[in-house]
Amino acid sequence: MSVNVTLLIVMGVLFASGIYLLLERSLTRVLLGIILVGNGVNLLILAAGGRSGHAPLYAADIPAEDYADPLPQALILTAIVITFAVTAFLLAMIYRSWVIARRDELTDDAEDRRVAAKSAYDFEEDSEVAVETSEFPEDADDDGAVEREGDPVRSAAARAAGERLANDFRQASSEESAGTNNHRRNRKAR
Amino acid sequence: MAVVLIALFAVSAVAPLLFRRFGRASFYLLGAVPAAAFIWLLVNFNSFTSPNQAALAGEDNAPPGIVLEWIPTLQLELAFRMDALAAVLSLLILGVGALVLFYCARYFKNEDANIGPFGAQLLAFAGAMFGLVISDDLILLFIFWEITTILSYLLVGFARARIFARRSALQALLVTTFGGLAMLLGLVMIGQSAGTYRLSEVMAMAPELVSRGTLIDVAIALVLLGAVSKSALVPFHFWLPGAMAAPTPVSAYLHAAAMVKAGIYLVARLAPGFSDTTYWDPLVIGLGLATMLIGGWRALRQTDIKLILAYGTVSQLGFLMLVMGQANAGAAIAGLAMMLAHGFFKAALFLVVGIIDHQAGTRDVRLLSGLWRTAPKLFVIALLTAASMAGIPPLYGFVAKESLLEVLVAAEGAWGTVVLIGVVLGSILTVAYSARFIWGGFANKQGMPATPFKAVPWLFMASPTVLTVVTVGFGLYPAPIEHAVSGFASLFPATEHPIHLALWHGFTPVLGLSGIMVVGGLLLFRWRTGFGALQARVPALLDAERIYKGTLNVVDELAVWVTGRTQRGSLPFYLGVILLVALIVPAVAAIANDTPVPTTIAWFDTPAQLVTGLCMIVGALAAVRANKRFLAVLMVSVTGYGMAFIFALQGAPDLALTQLLVETIVLVAMVLALRVLPPPLWTANPSGHRVARAVLGIGFGLAMIAIAATAMASRVADPISLSFPELAYYGGAGKNIVNVTLVDIRVWDTFGEITVLAVAATGVASLIFVRGRGDARRRAHDVEPGSVGRARADGSGGSRSAAALATARHFAQSAKDAWLVAGKTMAPESRSIIFEVVARLVFHTIILFSIYLLLAGHNTPGGGFAGGLLAGLAMTIRYLAGGRFELVEATPISPGTLLGLGLGTAALSGVVPLLLGGHLFQSAVWEFALPLFGEHKFVTATFFDIGVYLVVVGLVVDVLRSLGSEIDEKTEKRGARSGGGRRSTEARQRTGAGR
Repeated sequence: MSVNVTLLIVMGVLFASGIYLLLERSLTRVLLGIILVGNGVNLLILAAGGRSGHAPLYAADIPAEDYADPLPQALILTAIVITFAVTAFLLAMIYRSWVIARRDELTDDAEDRRVAAKSAYDFEEDSEVAVETSEFPEDADDDGAVEREGDPVRSAAARAAGERLANDFRQASSEESAGTNNHRRNRKAR
Repeated sequence: MAVVLIALFAVSAVAPLLFRRFGRASFYLLGAVPAAAFIWLLVNFNSFTSPNQAALAGEDNAPPGIVLEWIPTLQLELAFRMDALAAVLSLLILGVGALVLFYCARYFKNEDANIGPFGAQLLAFAGAMFGLVISDDLILLFIFWEITTILSYLLVGFARARIFARRSALQALLVTTFGGLAMLLGLVMIGQSAGTYRLSEVMAMAPELVSRGTLIDVAIALVLLGAVSKSALVPFHFWLPGAMAAPTPVSAYLHAAAMVKAGIYLVARLAPGFSDTTYWDPLVIGLGLATMLIGGWRALRQTDIKLILAYGTVSQLGFLMLVMGQANAGAAIAGLAMMLAHGFFKAALFLVVGIIDHQAGTRDVRLLSGLWRTAPKLFVIALLTAASMAGIPPLYGFVAKESLLEVLVAAEGAWGTVVLIGVVLGSILTVAYSARFIWGGFANKQGMPATPFKAVPWLFMASPTVLTVVTVGFGLYPAPIEHAVSGFASLFPATEHPIHLALWHGFTPVLGLSGIMVVGGLLLFRWRTGFGALQARVPALLDAERIYKGTLNVVDELAVWVTGRTQRGSLPFYLGVILLVALIVPAVAAIANDTPVPTTIAWFDTPAQLVTGLCMIVGALAAVRANKRFLAVLMVSVTGYGMAFIFALQGAPDLALTQLLVETIVLVAMVLALRVLPPPLWTANPSGHRVARAVLGIGFGLAMIAIAATAMASRVADPISLSFPELAYYGGAGKNIVNVTLVDIRVWDTFGEITVLAVAATGVASLIFVRGRGDARRRAHDVEPGSVGRARADGSGGSRSAAALATARHFAQSAKDAWLVAGKTMAPESRSIIFEVVARLVFHTIILFSIYLLLAGHNTPGGGFAGGLLAGLAMTIRYLAGGRFELVEATPISPGTLLGLGLGTAALSGVVPLLLGGHLFQSAVWEFALPLFGEHKFVTATFFDIGVYLVVVGLVVDVLRSLGSEIDEKTEKRGARSGGGRRSTEARQRTGAGR
């Protein structure tokens, strides 16, 4: 099968610039990168489908191999429309991120950072537990586990982190609801 | 057989309901199931033991079996077979199961949490064990094996609120699952090399398999690893004492009679064929002996009577394993007899421990005192069963142990002598810990008052009593047992001296050994203080539990380390890693393999293609360089429009059309959504690592070029789409092959796709509207004219703009007849009369054309996608010209409804043919003549295309409504809020000045 150099080079440039943008932290550029990569993929499928030919509109006198391959075309058509849907969705997300955080940048996931900083010690697995010699203990509510020294501090830190997270969330959603409350008030006034 | 298995699981499934109704009395109902099965088994016992044990299913005189097809492509069958070995084990499983369930009715309280699930799990466990021993398929056996593991996890962890129980349960689960996985590997290796997974067939061809060498040796070793871990042999023994956190009835059943015997069962099952493999003796006999000694040794150090029994069980399991591993007829008889004996006495002893714990509230040797006097009946039961465990005549344990010793005495060679000495030492320890158990549980301790002990109801004691009666009875009359186990022994070559179970064999060396054991054990117990001190001084050679914990810790540390290193929370980092891998792997593959190089090269097809390509390259590079948001967006659009051009040149009119429309709508959507963001692309610092990203990007681009070129160069076969033209025309009755592919040949793909579109549309709407899809409409005539998009700062922009504004307002008011319905709602300064006029003129034409595209798409370029997008574009024009209320007026049906209608139409077009007797998505052709339009052909696949059309229109309208109207409204409101604030401060200042 013959190889069309122009198509391949254009595809390569689309991929290269798309990937470059995709690795960016500006959300808009990430989206543009996705679109470019999407175009590149469509071009790849088109090029892999073979050389150009008659438009795939059936005519009795054209032999099957003279048409441009219709199968990749069907695939690309699907891909174009799906890329549109994905683009619209990402646009909505970018807008949302801007409304909530006034930010158009990807930030690192704080939860992942927290996990990375964690120690392997796990209360459920690693705490000292007294061996029980009866199934009918009198203090049946107690978990029987002995808190290790220093644990309370750790768990207090974890609790504080959790509260911080909850606060962040609350703030974000109150900003939202401020908008809707206003909306309601306006309607009432009307 | 099948009835029993189904009944066990079925009753287990409804057990929680029973418990809700009857409370703990339900245990009687549950126990009745294995009890009935036990009776059935006894009645038919001869039909299982008398047939030829080696005969395969289908042959004459084979043991009864059932084979049902399950997954034939994987050679999986529901194959069951009840031979002598299975029958003997089933007796133990069902009998002890019934007794333990009866016992539970007194052990638990009605108000105990979770007794419903507990009862269900215990009964299901009986079912799983029964299934395990009657399975005649390797994979089926493994499935039941793992079901027992999981149920054991749930049962051991019964006291969910207690960390001790949870941790013990997990430990047992991890250890036995580890072995189980090794076993699965071994089973698959055996099954694959044998060419069958039927256990009986594998056993029949065992000699031939063994002669094949290493593969089977390893496979058997892996299977034995599973058996060894399940039966708690060294070095996996620690999970069994750990699992003593289970309720005692569970220990009595799982850890004495049933689950831990699964490993022994497996060894017994394999022994007739595979005992000559390389790793058999070290694994089975070596580990068995070590386990017997270590278990006994450690049992003497325990202060919890349940742990004494647990380590005793470990010791006995080692003993059983090593005897079964001998693989001769005598060992088969003696081993099975001993397995039954162990089931009887150990289950009874555990039940006794349960009663003590239940009535006294402790199992600690140092706290229990004087129970022999306060609970004399219980003491008698314990004494008899413990004596049976120690091997004291005339009890059944003695009979079984005598026969075992006989087998071992007959064994030849130095190895045999070592084993015999080891067994004698182990048995001395057994006697000693049996004595320690009785002493610990019942004796008067020096200076201790009698432990308070509630009276034991007779029903509570019934189950251990029955087991004790059995122990005593078979001691005096062991013939039925011998009869039962002899069927299994027929699988082995007969030994010189046939083994018989009897109380009295005369004065034989074996009797002497028994004497030595009893006396030695009692002396050891007598000198327990000194021996304990000795034990304390011997360091633990191998603390398997510490190794287990250490391993888990290392795994934990490693997991945290790996997670911390890889999950850094940075999306560019993740993407970079993924892309790097995607870059390196094909590169390595390309270098390692002989990749074909393209031979025929065309620089370009047409000059137009070259020019378009160059434009696209410039666009893409400019998009990378752009630092203003909309500049970048526009440059990306250049590549998009270029794509449309390339499609057109390549002979893909449908694609060109669709790409053109999509690109336009995307451009509008981008501008709408991004208009609230600041013009520069970065609100904070631009991202770093530019060089790395560039290298990765360029590398990836080059890799894609290489891959594409290689793929094209290596293409040899004809494309499958060569048949598509004929298929489309004759099968789908359409000339547009691409469209027929979408709506007929590959219709399922398209159906999936429009579902995705509907989801994405809903996602967009939800992200912007936040609460709901916002489908409620506010019509244009409810809106104050000229209120939309009104300039805020009245006349503050200098005299020129103020004058322009005034002119615009005057002009707008003078227009009598609006071109667009909602035109009046717009503020005059943001209206464009020319745009409104154009919108008015082209809208209907475009809609009409979109419908033409839809209907004609089957034969000419077009179709549902293109048509829908064009209609969407018409809506876009209306919105841009007339504002958000114009959009509302243009779409009398809400986008949510459009999406639903579209999906519904598409689905109906698939289902209706089914109802008419065709198959899903079958299309029919309907030819008719219209007076003015002539001959016409209507293909029912067009209905599907109409669905596509509706979904696409819904999607576009949703995008416009969300990214357009709703953002308009929010921005205006925010502006009004801040403007209002300013006004009020001004007012305040004014009033201040007035004062």
